[in-house]
Amino acid sequence: MKIGWVARSGMIAVFAFTFFLFLPQMQAQFGPVPSASALSISETHWLKPEALLRLQQIKGAEKPLILQVGSHMLFAQAHIPGSEYAGPGSQPAGIQKLQNRVNALSRKKLIVLYCGCCPLNRCPNLGPAFAKLSEMGFTNVKVLYLAENFGADWADKGYPVEQGD
Amino acid sequence: MKLLLFLCVGVSATESQVAVTSLLHNEAPQFTRTDLENRKLDLRALRGKVVLLNFWATWCTSCQLEMPRFIVWQSQYGPRGLQIIGISMDDDPALARKLYGKLKLNYPVAMGDDKLGQLYGGVLGLPLTFLIDAHGKVQAQFRGETDLDLMEEQLKLLLRP
Repeated sequence: MKIGWVARSGMIAVFAFTFFLFLPQMQAQFGPVPSASALSISETHWLKPEALLRLQQIKGAEKPLILQVGSHMLFAQAHIPGSEYAGPGSQPAGIQKLQNRVNALSRKKLIVLYCGCCPLNRCPNLGPAFAKLSEMGFTNVKVLYLAENFGADWADKGYPVEQGD
Repeated sequence: MKLLLFLCVGVSATESQVAVTSLLHNEAPQFTRTDLENRKLDLRALRGKVVLLNFWATWCTSCQLEMPRFIVWQSQYGPRGLQIIGISMDDDPALARKLYGKLKLNYPVAMGDDKLGQLYGGVLGLPLTFLIDAHGKVQAQFRGETDLDLMEEQLKLLLRP
């Protein structure tokens, strides 16, 4: 069946109208992923929460330096025992704080970064923080795999937390 | 029928959004704050209204994707008794103030802190949204990225016709 150019143009116009009509809703539901997405980090660097817990329990094993690179307000509510707040990786001041904290350390030091502010594909902090440590020459950096957030993937599972600064 | 629909929607929401805590169906924790416009914000004074309480932050991309819908809802459902309240979990109020102005939010926003977060069961990931009915009880909560159409359906069931 042949479709005339008028009908084709009409269909295209209807499609375009519908697309632009629903564009804001589509953007709201499936919006852009931050450019420095945590998912850009190679999977060889990811560390599952269970693995970190096991690592902490091994007697004589090197204790990792665990750094939270997200929100301080979230850190104050709950954080991994023994971890330190290193500033938000998405902001220059946070990156500077991170740099100051690790600057004197051996480049072979085992460092575990975590954030848990939001789903990994939306996290603005881990990507820049990991990139900074790589740039500084650290070769043993792991990133805690908290797919949704710190609440769902750590606290709600009954893993240990501490409160305060 | 409405109740049945609400229950059905509620169950699917809680399953998909991992949203069950002790706050559900209990009285929402009371708080008072001063909002970014220097007005007093008292949750108790909002009894009789349906409150959408949204915890967000400027670094939370998912949160910012929700806000345009919340602006529309405040305009559309305000006359039916909706009051949206935003609680910024930013460490720096200046960042929240900037985004508040940029997005032209038409609902009050106050700064949160760790104590308010703990009052609401721990805000350990954003966004986090509670629907509080006109009697002050939490009827739904949504953690993480949420199907906003589903949230709107639940919201409409709580509002006046």
